[in-house]
Amino acid sequence: MNLLEMNHVKKSFDDNTVLKNISFSVKEGEVVSIIGPSGSGKSTLLRCATLLETMDDGDLYYVGEAAAKSEHGRAVYAPGAELKKISRRFGLVFQNFNLFPHYSVLKNVMDAPIHVQKRDKEEVRREAEELLSKMGLKDRAGYYPCQLSGGQQQRVSIARALAMKPKILFFDEPTSALDPELTGEILKVITQLAKEKMTMVIVTHEMHFAKDVSDRMIFMDQGVIVEETTPEALFASENRRTREFLGKYHVTGV
Amino acid sequence: MSLQVMMGQLAEGMFITVQIFVLTLLFSLPLGLLVCFGRMSKNILLRGIAKIYISVMRGTPLMLQLLVVYFGPYYIFKIGITSSYRAYAVIIAFAINYAAYFAEIYRGGIESMPKGQYEAAKVLGYTKGQTFFKIIFPQVIKRILPSVTNEVITLVKDTSLAFSIAYVEMFTTAKAIAASQKSMVPLIAAGIFYYVFNFVVAAVMELWEKKLGYYS
Repeated sequence: MNLLEMNHVKKSFDDNTVLKNISFSVKEGEVVSIIGPSGSGKSTLLRCATLLETMDDGDLYYVGEAAAKSEHGRAVYAPGAELKKISRRFGLVFQNFNLFPHYSVLKNVMDAPIHVQKRDKEEVRREAEELLSKMGLKDRAGYYPCQLSGGQQQRVSIARALAMKPKILFFDEPTSALDPELTGEILKVITQLAKEKMTMVIVTHEMHFAKDVSDRMIFMDQGVIVEETTPEALFASENRRTREFLGKYHVTGV
Repeated sequence: MSLQVMMGQLAEGMFITVQIFVLTLLFSLPLGLLVCFGRMSKNILLRGIAKIYISVMRGTPLMLQLLVVYFGPYYIFKIGITSSYRAYAVIIAFAINYAAYFAEIYRGGIESMPKGQYEAAKVLGYTKGQTFFKIIFPQVIKRILPSVTNEVITLVKDTSLAFSIAYVEMFTTAKAIAASQKSMVPLIAAGIFYYVFNFVVAAVMELWEKKLGYYS
C-alpha cells in the first residue's frame, strides 16, 4: 500500500495556477526527491501534502486513509478530528527551521510528543536525548536555537520532526538557508535516515545529493510533473526541458 | 500642620494611587487581549465592535471617560450614585481605556510573528489554543514589552486624573494640602513620589526584558 497518494491535485493562487493535475505516490521506505526551477510548484505540492495549503481539487491519502477526496471537481477535506489523526503520519522539515526560539533544544524536541501525543514524559526524554545524540547534538540539549549554527538548528528541527514518529518525513529545501559547509551536515543526516529506510520526500536543489539518496526523482516545471523516474534515467533524460534544467547544474550525463 | 502629619496624609494617597495602578493593570491587560482577539477576529461584527471600541477609547479624553463612567448611571438611568461607586468608577474607566491601548499593542506583537511559527506548530499537531498560549504569546510578550512599559509609565501619571471625580488619591491629597497650607512641599513630595514610582516600574520592566533576553 502507498504511504502517500496524491491524485489529480490542482491548486491556484488567484489567477496563477501553481499545480495542474499532479499525481504521485510514495511507498514505504522510499526516498523521493522533487526537483525543478523556482515557481514550478514543488513547495506548494509539499505544502498541500502536509495540509498547510488546501488543494482546490484532488485526492490526498495517507496509508489508505483519505485526508481529502475529489468530489464534483473540488477537494473535500475530512473533518478536523480525522485530519488531526492523519497528520500524525507525517512530519515536515522547513527551509528556515522554524524552531521555537523560546524553548531549549531539548524542549523543542520533547514538547509536542508530550503535549500533543500525550506520551510519557520520561520515555519522551529518553527518545529525545537519543535523537539528539544521533544528530550529533548531545551536548547542545540545554542550548537555545539562537545559540546554534544554521546546520545545528536544522538538525534540531529534524530531531523534532522524528520525535513525533512520523511514517513519512517531508523536507522543503532543507539546505537552502545554509552555506555549503553546513549543507553537508544536513545531507549526511538525511543520507543516514535513508539508510535506515525512513520514508522521505525531499524538495531540493542539491542535484548530486538527490541523485545519490533517491530511489525515485520527480522533475517539476510550471505546475506539472515533467518526468518521474530513477535518478540514473533522469540524469540521462532526452527530454529537452529536463536537460535544460539539469544543464544549469552541470550534472547531465554524470 | 506638621510635616509628619502632611506626609502621613500623602502616604494614604500614595496607597490609593498604587491601588488604582495595580487594579487597572490587573483588569486591562486580560481585557486588552480579549479586545485584541475581537479586533483580529474573522467575524466581521466582532471586528467592527472592537474597532469602534478602540477608536472611541483612544479618541476621547480619559478624563471625560471617567466622568461618563462615574455620572453616567445617574444621568442616563437615574440610578443614585453611592460613595463607594467612586472607587469602582475609577477602576472601570481606567481599565476599559487602557485595554484599548493594550489591545493594539498585542495586535502589533501578534501580527509581527513569523508565519513559520504557526506552520511548525500546526504540522506538529498543536491545537489552536496550545499554539497561541505556548508558542505565540510568550514570544509576543517579549516583543511588546518596551511598548507595554511606555503604557504602564503613562498609567502611573494618569492615575492623577482620578482627581476629576474627586477620588482621593495621591494627587488630590497633595493639591488639597498645598491649598490649605499655602505650601509647595506637598506638590514637590507628590512629584518625587510619581518619579520614584516610575523609576521602580521602569527598573522592573527592564529586569523582565533582560530575563527574556535569553533568546532572540
